Amino acid sequence: MTSPTTTRRDFLKVVSVAGAGLALGVYDRQAWAMAEESGTTLSPSVYLSIDTSGNVTVVVARAEMGQGVRTAIPMLVAEELEADWDRIRVEQALADPKYGSMVTGGSQSIRTSWEPLRKAGATAREMLIAAAAQEWRVEPSTCRAERGSIVHGTTGRKMEYGKLVERAARLPVPENPLLKNPAKYRIIGKKVRRLDSPDKLRGKAIFGIDTRVPGMLIAAIQRSPVIGGSVKRFDAAGALATPGVRRVVQVHSGVAVLADTTWAAFQGRDNLVVDWDDGPNARMSSASIAKMFQEKSAGEVRIARNDGDSAAALASAVQKSVATYELPFLAHAPLEPMNCIAHTRADSAEIWAPSQSPLVARDAVAGALGLPPEKVVVHPTLSGGGFGRRLWPDFAVEAALVSRAAGTPVKVVWTREEDMRHDFYRPASLHRLAAGIDGNGKLSAWQHRIVAPSINIQLFPEGTGENRWRDAVDGAAQLPYTVPSILVEYAMANTPVQILWWRSVYNSQNAFVNESFLDEIAVLAGKDPFEYRRELLPVDSRLRGVLELAAKKAGWGTPLPAGMGRGIACHACFGSFVAEVAEVSVDSNGGVRVKRIVSAVDCGRAVNPDGIRSQIEGGVIIGLTAALYGEITIENGRVQQGNYDAYKLLRYDETPEIEVHIVGSEKDPTGVGEPGLPPVAPAVCNAIYAATGKRIRRLPIRLQ
Amino acid sequence: MALITLDVNGTSRTVDAEDGTPLLWVLRDLLGLTGTKYGCGAGLCGSCTVHLDGEATRSCITPVENAVGKKILTIEGFCEKPDNPLVEAWLDEEVSQCGYCQPGQLMTAAALFSRNPAPSENEINAAMSETLCRCGTQNRIRKAIRRVIEEGGMR
Ligand code: FES
Ligand code: FES
Repeated sequence: MTSPTTTRRDFLKVVSVAGAGLALGVYDRQAWAMAEESGTTLSPSVYLSIDTSGNVTVVVARAEMGQGVRTAIPMLVAEELEADWDRIRVEQALADPKYGSMVTGGSQSIRTSWEPLRKAGATAREMLIAAAAQEWRVEPSTCRAERGSIVHGTTGRKMEYGKLVERAARLPVPENPLLKNPAKYRIIGKKVRRLDSPDKLRGKAIFGIDTRVPGMLIAAIQRSPVIGGSVKRFDAAGALATPGVRRVVQVHSGVAVLADTTWAAFQGRDNLVVDWDDGPNARMSSASIAKMFQEKSAGEVRIARNDGDSAAALASAVQKSVATYELPFLAHAPLEPMNCIAHTRADSAEIWAPSQSPLVARDAVAGALGLPPEKVVVHPTLSGGGFGRRLWPDFAVEAALVSRAAGTPVKVVWTREEDMRHDFYRPASLHRLAAGIDGNGKLSAWQHRIVAPSINIQLFPEGTGENRWRDAVDGAAQLPYTVPSILVEYAMANTPVQILWWRSVYNSQNAFVNESFLDEIAVLAGKDPFEYRRELLPVDSRLRGVLELAAKKAGWGTPLPAGMGRGIACHACFGSFVAEVAEVSVDSNGGVRVKRIVSAVDCGRAVNPDGIRSQIEGGVIIGLTAALYGEITIENGRVQQGNYDAYKLLRYDETPEIEVHIVGSEKDPTGVGEPGLPPVAPAVCNAIYAATGKRIRRLPIRLQ
Repeated sequence: MALITLDVNGTSRTVDAEDGTPLLWVLRDLLGLTGTKYGCGAGLCGSCTVHLDGEATRSCITPVENAVGKKILTIEGFCEKPDNPLVEAWLDEEVSQCGYCQPGQLMTAAALFSRNPAPSENEINAAMSETLCRCGTQNRIRKAIRRVIEEGGMR
């Protein structure tokens, strides 16, 4: 993922929204200019409306997947608006280019909303103050906003927003509203209740899989068991004889069984007999891919970073070390399996999708159906976890094609096994490392060669741009340590296995490798791993700050019982800095127990501290799950794991205590969804080394 | 198809379902009670947990005919009372992330409390252990359960 531009140029305008007294839209200046040129109308990227009873609605374009954006984004507006938090409501926007990219990924929801949403709140506040001042015939400067009302300073007169909105809507929009002094914040940085929780807990929240549209059938699809296989022929008799099954249609991805209920569709799917053409990958396996990676590691490379002369530095190093690291494919495995509703008509389509990128889905569906994009409406629904999987529009396109082939509205529900075996995985990778130290034990040379598929290149083979492969070196090329010579290379090793962004993307592999190998070098130099890192990080750097904080909070250096070890790791990504210390015990059978993770985070100003803690905890747990268990393997072209028995998630009794310490900061907020994940695996493996002297160079961890 | 009468959240409901249909899909597709979730369909994740006569039961592997004559309680029924101490504790601890697993987590925890009003840490882990959460809310759930115990149990 590319980082978002931090300087967006937005402006605000009063818009007409039915039922709202005052509605303010935030517009992107560039998009506005383009719309004017082409004579089209542009809608705001976000809007905020206040109705005559004083209820404030924020229409949020980002998807809610559990990361709390439906709470954090309204917090920005409510702060500047001086709104009463209990009167804030939030609505999900339809997929529309008017909202900008709408992609929820790269931990950027808050990063890109920080400026425009605070400005929207401040603008509305100033307009309400102006309206009250008119009403009372006083100077605006003598009025102030307070918890949903405007108060006149000297007389104490008070009017609720609802009573002022109609007048306010007729006033000019101030160009440069005054933003609050952060010292006066009463919502940002404070604990507020998540707005979406009550419905979720009570079973009332409607996720994609819970959505219904009139007349819809439910479809289950049998997809090729072999990656890249296709349907030769199929016998639908068994499926059609299944009670409740209505229709069987073939689509690009397989054969779909449409039925009255999900269960009937699942049964019908199982009763379908499909003769598959296995295609070219029938002999592919994890072993054949590993072998290909080995070969590529000795082949052509691209240079991602080259500081100094690492070959010479290595040759003259007093001591050196080489190592090979390997990481597996991983599934996203969100608890809500993939699903999507499509209702296609001759000249239009409507989609209900638990999508992280509804606009991408809209365009892809339009492309597949041969419709102009504006003829496709996408309703984003709640998602039961995404972790990157729902950024890709395959499942929406598939649902649209099933609907078109069957001539009916349809909800395609993936079985858990289909979801796991037909995921777009976190890429597997192989890493070759070499490093040298000088006479003082100081790191003098660092070489890292990454062998992995490139998500960018596999997903967009026709794309252009010289450096698109650089996604695969993310987190490796930015090695944060001060080393006189650094060489980071990339050997592209694409495979037929579908890959996609997975929480923290390549940082999940590259941080593991950086931080494990650096630990090896610290040991080689006879230094304490924390001190060694600290000395290599620039004084006053934010990464060093979190490293020190994590070490302090974890009691780095204090004694631990026998069989236990402590490990540390740090990494910067998505604009944020995280260090983690793991405490691990290893029993005589090689059983690993992670007891405690102490995490220190610098993500700029903490908009919603409890939400940040919750995101970091989640990142730690997914990272730990991957380190301990995560592995998708392939045999005879088939993904082996189909359900949570073979692809385990961390259980309660295995979940360590997790502490999250947030560094106080006045800097603009940065990502928190992903940065908590990358340091976990290396911290745990470094702790295992401290406990046992065994270095883990291949995930998942296997000590037995 | 056969007509089957079920006692769901204290109400008698008649549905037309084949024998062998998992209770999960009867609840979701035929009765519109979508708070009970599909996660794995194989008894591995607990998202589909309901109570049958007070026992936590995985509805995805429970044939509907096995639920006849039993009191079925789903998350919707469980939350009918407005001040449910478990839900309140879940809100106070800000447990929920995507929220998809939470109905199953709550139903599993509720069954634990009905057997054992003050479970120990090990008993909590054992009871909750097979209820999965991909978002990583386990620690907050444990805290919420402890909070319920501290605040006097399920009352
Ligand atoms: S859906 Fe029933 S246990 Fe997973
Ligand atoms: S909150 Fe998302 S799976 Fe548990």
